[in-house]
Amino acid sequence: MEVKPKSACETCAQFNADGLKKLGVNTSDFDYVVALAGNPNTGKSTVFNAMTGLRQHTGNWPGKTVTRAEGAFEYNKEKFKLVDLPGTYSLLSTSEDEEVARNFILFGKPSVTVIVVDASRLERNLNLVLQILEITNNAVLCLNLMDEAERNNLEIDTRTLAKDLGIPVVPTSARYNRGIPELIQTISELANGKIVCKPHRIKNIPKNIEQALEKLSVEIKEVYPDIPNSRWIALRLLEGDRNIFETLKTGEFV
Amino acid sequence: MNTNKIDHIIALSNDLRWQIGDEFHDNLAEGIYADAAEIVKGAVRKKDEKGTFRIDAKIDKIITSKVWGFPLMFVILAVVLWMTIVGANYPSAMLSGLLLDTIHPALKGFASNIGMPWWLDGFLIDGVYLAVAWVIAVMLPPMAIFFPLFTLLEDFGYLPRVAFNLDHLFKLSGAHGKQALTMSMGFGCNAAGIVATRIIDSPRERLIAIITNNFSLCNGRWPTQILIATIFVGALVPATYSGIMSLAAVIGIAVLGMVFMFLVSWGLSKTVLKGEVSTFNLELPPYRPPRFWKTIYTSIIDRTLIVLWRAIVFAAPAGAVIWLISNIYLGDDSIAAWLIDSLDGFGFLLGLNGVILVAYIVAIPANEIVIPTILMLTVLVTGISAGEGAGVMFELDSVTATGDILRAGGWTLLTAINLMLFSLLHNPCSTTIYTIYKETKSVKWTTVASVLPVILGFVVTFLVAQIWRLLA
Repeated sequence: MEVKPKSACETCAQFNADGLKKLGVNTSDFDYVVALAGNPNTGKSTVFNAMTGLRQHTGNWPGKTVTRAEGAFEYNKEKFKLVDLPGTYSLLSTSEDEEVARNFILFGKPSVTVIVVDASRLERNLNLVLQILEITNNAVLCLNLMDEAERNNLEIDTRTLAKDLGIPVVPTSARYNRGIPELIQTISELANGKIVCKPHRIKNIPKNIEQALEKLSVEIKEVYPDIPNSRWIALRLLEGDRNIFETLKTGEFV
Repeated sequence: MNTNKIDHIIALSNDLRWQIGDEFHDNLAEGIYADAAEIVKGAVRKKDEKGTFRIDAKIDKIITSKVWGFPLMFVILAVVLWMTIVGANYPSAMLSGLLLDTIHPALKGFASNIGMPWWLDGFLIDGVYLAVAWVIAVMLPPMAIFFPLFTLLEDFGYLPRVAFNLDHLFKLSGAHGKQALTMSMGFGCNAAGIVATRIIDSPRERLIAIITNNFSLCNGRWPTQILIATIFVGALVPATYSGIMSLAAVIGIAVLGMVFMFLVSWGLSKTVLKGEVSTFNLELPPYRPPRFWKTIYTSIIDRTLIVLWRAIVFAAPAGAVIWLISNIYLGDDSIAAWLIDSLDGFGFLLGLNGVILVAYIVAIPANEIVIPTILMLTVLVTGISAGEGAGVMFELDSVTATGDILRAGGWTLLTAINLMLFSLLHNPCSTTIYTIYKETKSVKWTTVASVLPVILGFVVTFLVAQIWRLLA
């Protein structure tokens, strides 16, 4: 016999937000690690504060988060550790703040990566999103600053966006706590494998580069069959990233 | 076996990199942007062309314009300072009435009732308690006004515009444009400003930003500037204009600090820290209406109380030290009197005096306690009976009474001006020094950052004193 839910409420994110406990800096014994990445000044720290109940300093200027802040929340009896990464425009260059973000997503092995973007500047923000999707399979797009996009008369079709990117998209206005319960619900479903992503892979790459990536990728998979992001490793190899040479030898990312 | 394979992969990647050639990076970036454009085309629709982007652009045109950018910056700084100076008076008077005039005598009475020995009573109540009470009464109100105002500006999006306006000057001095942001943070607290320099990628430019951050007048020094300017500079003009005159003097010192920041940055980048100026993209974020009450609440809880707590933690032992050096005698003189005596000659050369120099030694842990230390030591030396006895740190209720004590201690307009200059140009507080060490991991650069400002301070006050005396 099929067991029906008692009420529609049980499937509703707001109802489930009851199961949310903000744990502040208490990050011990967590079940999952969640990384918070995104361009500078898209409100990552505000999202971080809304989920953990902490009061990381926030301000309207890019580059304000310089250290990796950590916090935690508990949702439906599972503990999530949240890591707020410094904002970056890209993961391709060699500057030091980008290295912090890149290394964490690649080697910190977060269960879920939340990519925070400014809804009113989506196109520019997608540059980073597409790069992160080359690295990780488990990500959610947090379409933040929706209030500003609305003020600017922008209409965003989140379903099309989610289909194109191959990851869930949650519209939020973290400053007003809007969309945060839905975001937490989505993070939890991703961590538990209830949602499976098929992330977008960059398509418009010139043929000669694509072929080179393919060649390298095949060889990398021979050595590390379980690697999810062989194409990204190949990209970094072509870039001549010395760090990747080293980690390829130690196999740290597997 | 794996090692061979990996060596093979690396060798292969090197070959392929040659084949692809130089355009790799650009082609890849173009590819990513092409993908992004396709996705956005399918998902984003703009309902009509008019939007708030235009209002933002209009505001930017004014505040970052060549004509209005700088004057507006000074006006905003002046308004924030004005509100801080005027607004802090009343709560300050109330707090000092409560903590110093009511609770202090009550504690003294209680101590004598239970028969506490005089030295323990003096050490705890006149030393530790009074120091803490003074810091709360004098520092809490201005901080509770200054920090929220500053945070509101920050949330609104003004800081990146300041950086934009100053970028040109920083570039001329061989430093990084983002130093404008760390400089602004320094106006709150130098230690915070130094941590913020992590946004500067180039190690050379970051070091310049760290070494020169001390030229941003910090929260611990604003009250000193304001008090001395009010007593000595404001008094030069009729009472109606004295407020504006003292405000102008304080802003003058703050601007002078910025001038020194540019000069020292320039000097460093032309000598020991030579190198190219790196370029960077500065995004001017959209203006966002601050969430007023939330900002007020968090800036009071997070910034004000944390800084206040730090001040208390440092003021308590300093109060104890002052009481001790004033009450322990070597021969006929107390240690304090002996120190003051031996530093008086050097102090005179700088247009200062021994009391001020001793106060700056005692106040290394926290700039906030400079003025009460000076007052206490002055009373000790002149022997006038306005205070609470030997080694008791206190603050007089009225500004006039404070002025009378300082004048009795031999202060002139020159002493006041040089004290303001020395307050700007002296070593960073111990917390800042420790932060510099943590960030640079270098004893050498920490020493440079600590000693350089003091040397500058000596040179500048010496020159001002000599010229002043020549002309007077």
